[in-house]
Amino acid sequence: MVAEIRADFHLKQKRKSGQAEGEAGLKRKDEKKTRYLPAGDSALVVEFGNEIDEKLNTKVQQLAAKIIEASRTALLSGVGEVIPTFRSLLVTYDPLRTDFEQLKNRLIKMEEELQEEKKTSRRILKIPCCYGGRYGLDLADLMEYTGLSREEIIERHSSACYRIYMMGFLPGFAYLGGLDRKLEMPRLKTPRVKIPAGAVGIGGNQTGVYPIDSPGGWRLIGGTPVDFYNPEREEPILCKAGEFIRFVPITMDDYYDIRHMILRKEYHVEVEEG
Amino acid sequence: MAMKVITPGALTTVQDGGRYGYQSTGIGVGGCMDMDSYRKANYLVGNEKGEAVLEFTLIGGMLELTEETVLALTGADMAPKQNGEPVPMNVPLAFQAGDVLELGMAGTGCRCYLAVAGGIEVPLYLGSRSTNLKCKFGGYQGRALQRGDVLEVGKSGKPYEQLKDRECFTEEYPNTVVVRVIEGPQEEYFTKKGKKTFYKSVYTVSDKSDRMGCRLDGPAVESFDGTDIISDGIAPGSVQVPADGKPIVLLADRQTTGGYAKIASVCSFDIPKLAQCKPGNKVRFQKITLEKAQRIMREAKKDELF
Repeated sequence: MVAEIRADFHLKQKRKSGQAEGEAGLKRKDEKKTRYLPAGDSALVVEFGNEIDEKLNTKVQQLAAKIIEASRTALLSGVGEVIPTFRSLLVTYDPLRTDFEQLKNRLIKMEEELQEEKKTSRRILKIPCCYGGRYGLDLADLMEYTGLSREEIIERHSSACYRIYMMGFLPGFAYLGGLDRKLEMPRLKTPRVKIPAGAVGIGGNQTGVYPIDSPGGWRLIGGTPVDFYNPEREEPILCKAGEFIRFVPITMDDYYDIRHMILRKEYHVEVEEG
Repeated sequence: MAMKVITPGALTTVQDGGRYGYQSTGIGVGGCMDMDSYRKANYLVGNEKGEAVLEFTLIGGMLELTEETVLALTGADMAPKQNGEPVPMNVPLAFQAGDVLELGMAGTGCRCYLAVAGGIEVPLYLGSRSTNLKCKFGGYQGRALQRGDVLEVGKSGKPYEQLKDRECFTEEYPNTVVVRVIEGPQEEYFTKKGKKTFYKSVYTVSDKSDRMGCRLDGPAVESFDGTDIISDGIAPGSVQVPADGKPIVLLADRQTTGGYAKIASVCSFDIPKLAQCKPGNKVRFQKITLEKAQRIMREAKKDELF
């Protein structure tokens, strides 16, 4: 089962807003209110809304952090894992220790407390990226499609600060938001069978890095020597939801230098707080 | 103490209770597909709850033991033989050094579990010994077993004499299963007609099913306007409905997140039924309330082995 990376940001938003006539549309009108939905007998979904939005996602991350913190103490018992996504949280729980209503009521209280939280500083990971060359197989196609020069594409792609909305799909795969609209390009009609780990691509209005060798249909524009997933590393996963990523253009020589440093365990990703 | 793989079978992997705590990073849970059979197997050989076992799929294999030990087989009946002589499922079996265990085709059911006293000793990766085939980590070198592999086995506390009276109920794996589901979380994406189709139809397990999901062929479930959603988290047993309307029940090797609407979620206690479905078996969905499901779980807890 090959899973494609889905979630075409704008497309989906358009579809949902055009849904007002159906039953689903009616039920979804009141989107301001957080919804608590059962996901089987041992999990629930906290849904803050139905769009991809920074504010919503901030709430998701804040509540996720709060739940994890509380679940380590006696304040919240029976909670297993928390999976934050674009606009919702999946919370797994042990129905022998708590139940849907009890957990829901606890989470509603925690959600109410969120409003008062102050804005925290952003953690930005600087990811070296070698544009074009052997990793950027589709850079020429992107130039043709967008009408932008190679330099313009690199400038636009590396100047943005991308928010990690969520992790998922593959170990260490970050769903990034904030791609320059001029750089959008549909995915390949026929996905490639194998894309190497570290490949940086554009798919629709998303950009991202393949953390492991994987099939995929994104347009490849470059490669990073940094491992988003490395099973040998103490922390196998490089980043987490709520952090930010900025790509830093490097040469092919830099790429190999950094790669060697990584293999000798002498390289650490530069982090900027801002 | 070790076990030599003479023939590996169709798809044989090392699995345990799953890799928890990493779903927020994109690393899935994995683990045994049929948790009931997994627990039973460990119980029969006197193991702790979380020890690793072998999961055989459809066609078993042949293994040689290097030392005296206790084995147990649960789940799908693969007509086990010890040195060519038939031996029963669901009881502890005493094996001597040099003995050969041979498994055939699954009669009923799809997956057979082999526990060895002491557990299969492969390195823990992120807290689990489960094989993640897609990401190629965990288990035995991150892959399915091959001819010639040698599996280390841990030390066991209990000899056969202490275990020989243990036995487990032999499950029936009928060709048609009814699985109970809880509606949601995205049932509102489907029309009344679509929901009726889902609950009234008999679906056929497709041969494209794997450890990630049980893919079903049958009447398409109608949605209002497609089933694309903004990707969100996936609970075990989630029934997602892609664009073609054919439901897929997400199982052990499911992705952590996905972009299709989920009409319902299979109750945890009925997931083993799906794990034991072969391609061609039939599946029907029956809706129950969340309260009822959790009541059933509390009742079942009282009967747990350990």
